[in-house]
Amino acid sequence: MHPFQYQRADSAEQAVATVTKNPAATFIAGGTSHVDLLKEGVYRPGLLVDVSALPLRQITAHEGGLRIGAGVSNTAAAASAEVRQRYPAVSEALLAGASVQIRNVASMAGNPLQRTRCPYFRDPTQACNKREPGSGCAALEGYNHVHALFGASAACVATHPSDVAVALAALDARVQTLGPKGPRTIAFPELHRLPGTTPHLDTILEHGELITSIDLPAFTGRSHYLKVRERASYAYALVSCAVALEMDGPNIRRARVALGSVAHKPWRATSAEAMLAGQRPTEQLFRAAADAAFAEAKPLKHNAYKVPMGRQLMVRALLETSSLQPLQGPAGTAFAASVGGVAGQVASPR
Amino acid sequence: MLATGKPLDRVDGRLKVTGAARYTAEWEVPGLAYGAIVDSAIAHGTVSSIDVGAAKRAPGVLAVLTHENAPRLQPIPEKVGETQFRGEGGITETRQPLQNAAVEYAGQPLAVVVADTLERARYAATLVRVSYAEQAPQLAMATAGRKTRPESFLGNNQEKLQVTIGDPTAALAAAPVKLERVYESAITHHNPIEQLATIARWEKRNGADFLTLYDTTRGLEVLQEVMATSLGLPKESVHVICPFVGGAFGAKGWLFAPPLLTAMAARVVGRPVKIEWRRQDMFAVAGKRAATRQTLALGATREGKLTALRHDTQTHSSISSGYTEPCARVTRMMYAVPNIGFAHELAHLHLPSPCPMRGPGETVGGWALECALDELATELNLDPVELRLRNYAERNPETGKPWSSKQLRECYARGKALIGWDKRNPKPRSMREGSQLIGYGMATTMYPAGRREAEARATLFADGRALVQSATHELGNGAYTIFRQISADALALPVERVRFELGDSSLPKAPTSGGSTTTATVGPAAQAAARAVLAALTDLAVRDAQSPLFGAAAEAVEAREGRLVLKANPAKGEEYGAILRRAQRPSLVATAGAKPGEEKEKYSFYSFGAVFAQVRVDEASGSIRVARLCAVYDVGRLMNPKTAHSQLIGGIAMGLGATLMEATHYDPRNGRAVVRNLADYHVPSMADTPDIAVEWLNIPDPHISELGARGIGEIGCVGTPAAITNAVFHATGQRLRSLPLTPDKLMRV
Repeated sequence: MHPFQYQRADSAEQAVATVTKNPAATFIAGGTSHVDLLKEGVYRPGLLVDVSALPLRQITAHEGGLRIGAGVSNTAAAASAEVRQRYPAVSEALLAGASVQIRNVASMAGNPLQRTRCPYFRDPTQACNKREPGSGCAALEGYNHVHALFGASAACVATHPSDVAVALAALDARVQTLGPKGPRTIAFPELHRLPGTTPHLDTILEHGELITSIDLPAFTGRSHYLKVRERASYAYALVSCAVALEMDGPNIRRARVALGSVAHKPWRATSAEAMLAGQRPTEQLFRAAADAAFAEAKPLKHNAYKVPMGRQLMVRALLETSSLQPLQGPAGTAFAASVGGVAGQVASPR
Repeated sequence: MLATGKPLDRVDGRLKVTGAARYTAEWEVPGLAYGAIVDSAIAHGTVSSIDVGAAKRAPGVLAVLTHENAPRLQPIPEKVGETQFRGEGGITETRQPLQNAAVEYAGQPLAVVVADTLERARYAATLVRVSYAEQAPQLAMATAGRKTRPESFLGNNQEKLQVTIGDPTAALAAAPVKLERVYESAITHHNPIEQLATIARWEKRNGADFLTLYDTTRGLEVLQEVMATSLGLPKESVHVICPFVGGAFGAKGWLFAPPLLTAMAARVVGRPVKIEWRRQDMFAVAGKRAATRQTLALGATREGKLTALRHDTQTHSSISSGYTEPCARVTRMMYAVPNIGFAHELAHLHLPSPCPMRGPGETVGGWALECALDELATELNLDPVELRLRNYAERNPETGKPWSSKQLRECYARGKALIGWDKRNPKPRSMREGSQLIGYGMATTMYPAGRREAEARATLFADGRALVQSATHELGNGAYTIFRQISADALALPVERVRFELGDSSLPKAPTSGGSTTTATVGPAAQAAARAVLAALTDLAVRDAQSPLFGAAAEAVEAREGRLVLKANPAKGEEYGAILRRAQRPSLVATAGAKPGEEKEKYSFYSFGAVFAQVRVDEASGSIRVARLCAVYDVGRLMNPKTAHSQLIGGIAMGLGATLMEATHYDPRNGRAVVRNLADYHVPSMADTPDIAVEWLNIPDPHISELGARGIGEIGCVGTPAAITNAVFHATGQRLRSLPLTPDKLMRV
């Protein structure tokens, strides 16, 4: 680990001012991802400004929806009755991620800001434009089993690993920030960016810009998150899918679908969303939508499996959200989110 | 009442859960300095320059060792004991660390930075700049430049790797039913909770160099010998201490760069040095199970009698190791087949060295064989258990020797009952539960029941307590507990009055804890030592005029409940302590050894078992979950059903991991491990592990030793992969022939 200074922020304003004036400074909250990267030598900051003690740990009613403070732990957000009942996709995504120990420490703003699981990013001896701009992308021709289908570039084929970010993208959450130029609101789907030629930038946040809350807008539809992974618990998604459905009688008024672990950001399947709007939900419709969503997929050498897997997962997420198929477990729990359930004689409790 | 056979709680359980059990990295050694490793970014080439200037100037740095300035080492020995170390079929790499500029794998240690704190050492290590003259690495078995066909496994003449019994080629050609299949398995890593660590301390004793090593080892004596040979010291000048190992599974026994680097660093800085390896380093220096590509050819009659069996393995090692995964270990002995052939081809690649990993050969070789049998059963429209019964071996087909003890038929029958085998619909893809396909599968399992030579020392104290010691290892398996039980029985004392000590090379010798041999090896030695000390005590008593046993013949005296008594009149006798106190002896000590005898020549020693699995497959996502596992074992008499149960289910869980998720991937061009942490290298979580029903027959092996006990460390890992894979076929109708069965595998089918 490289030597660094550490400072605990007393207020959001002070934290923003401190980081803004120091190009080598960065925020740290739960640190569950950050500390790994410090130890690997991927991060070499000069100053860590700890924002974990800031008074940003409330979940409050806000404009008909919910305001989740940036410092709320993943555990607390997932356990919130309001979140669980009104936005089950958020609880499901949180509980399908990491482990209890990590969720207890990880913050709601930190989770969507975690860095890619691309193994080349995490090994400083390997070429990685995200870690070291201009060094190349070892994953492009290397072992790219967990990499992107959509929106990748010749400079970077990494995916974004957060589960909850996928749910927040599907729900069109809004991110409130405080930055060098004052506060602003960012639509969640705009928070993360595609790699292009600057993959070292994961988000549009400016240096020194601090997320203060994540706002869930008023929503009366159904939402759901599904995840496929290589082990039943504590594993990143191979592919995941979040759905937010609003009905108008028997028909879908608006559908929002976000795919996880297939792009540099939570990938909104906009062509599928357009096909679903105004239609009566059927399996046939969902298959057509999934086909449309994956028509533009550009698999690499080792990740072609994600295309059929993602397509079928999306169909299933839509079927379960629209109640054409039962959920695999109680809404808002990891059991609802985890495809395949857990080992043992009963896949998931009812 | 015997202590053996009782489900005694782990005697070190409280120490472990309270953190009081001292593991290698936790020893407090005054003046300790810390080492950090700089490793190779490339897999093949030479170090053209290594700039250590900035690292040496960094705060707290004491020294930087590279191949240019590190102490010179002697070569790794040819053999240690009976085990071949060097060359084709040998167990370890011949490459000694920091002796030249050659790079043979990515992750190879190139420098050690020593500093006064761990943080300073690790920081300074990032300042070392290495330049390479890079060459194209050989990373694929198919295209490897150097391939060999090792003659035997670890130089053991009883275990040849290229064997033909009868005429398998002709028999295959003539067989009415033939089947040939290729099975592939991925590289896997043992990932014990405790990572590798060494503390090395040099001192002068009687004017000569003396090295004390605290090391995470399962082979005290082997390590002592390799360190002494490499460093040019007499063996007695190396003392190895390791009272607790936090899991090994094959690691921590056969690769010596970590302790050697630590000893070299300590020598250079003139202070004790500790090197704790990081998790990501474990994927380079801790050994692994190599990948395999196995071709199975089976010939059979239409009635399901096997006439021929061929098993050809391609596997790989590193550039400087000849270690060969012995995949035909099950094939050679399991079924009554007149014509058996097997061969092993070893590709030397620019990858880290493999070494034995839990069930070496048996786990993946047995997987391929038992899957091929399942395919044959389908071909013949025969029940998989029935196919195995029709080929039941009453003797070892390779050697012709009778088994020491074999109750495999009972294992099949009981396993079938436990899983409800006959209630399943045998037709593939016929069973469903909601959106999931259900399948049942089974496999035979085995493990060689080895026994080696060991010594132990027993001490009786005048206060009525006793201590038994032997230089064996506690790997987390319960060694402290069962050897205390065995010792207590042999001393005729309650377990609370007996302690057992291990983990120190100055104690009476025991071999490396490997190959599931420790119980069968050290148990009889503890017994022998206990009897020797009781014989000495009897001698004292019968010569003591004040003893009630005075004048009795030694043969007329026996130990019973802490007393020496007359066999003919047990009321006449006295407590051990009384004899010692009267003799004014605070304690009485005896050392004795035990080793296998001619029974080894007469019988073939194996444990057997049958594993049954039920799986649920979510075909659309490729997700496989194990619903139930039932296993029945014939493993001799169990010393402690509680620790045994843990070992068996632990082995099964590890086999489940190898089946469903474990795989280490290396970059296909530069050979760096790209899976190198426990977030990306998946071992089974609790959510992946069903309730595991384990039963044992508990029938003593009448020939292995008086205890009738065999080792059980590995048999759980064997058999489980094939049972699960066969169940996935039954569920889906798809044959998956590549481990692990990750979701992408079902997508491709």
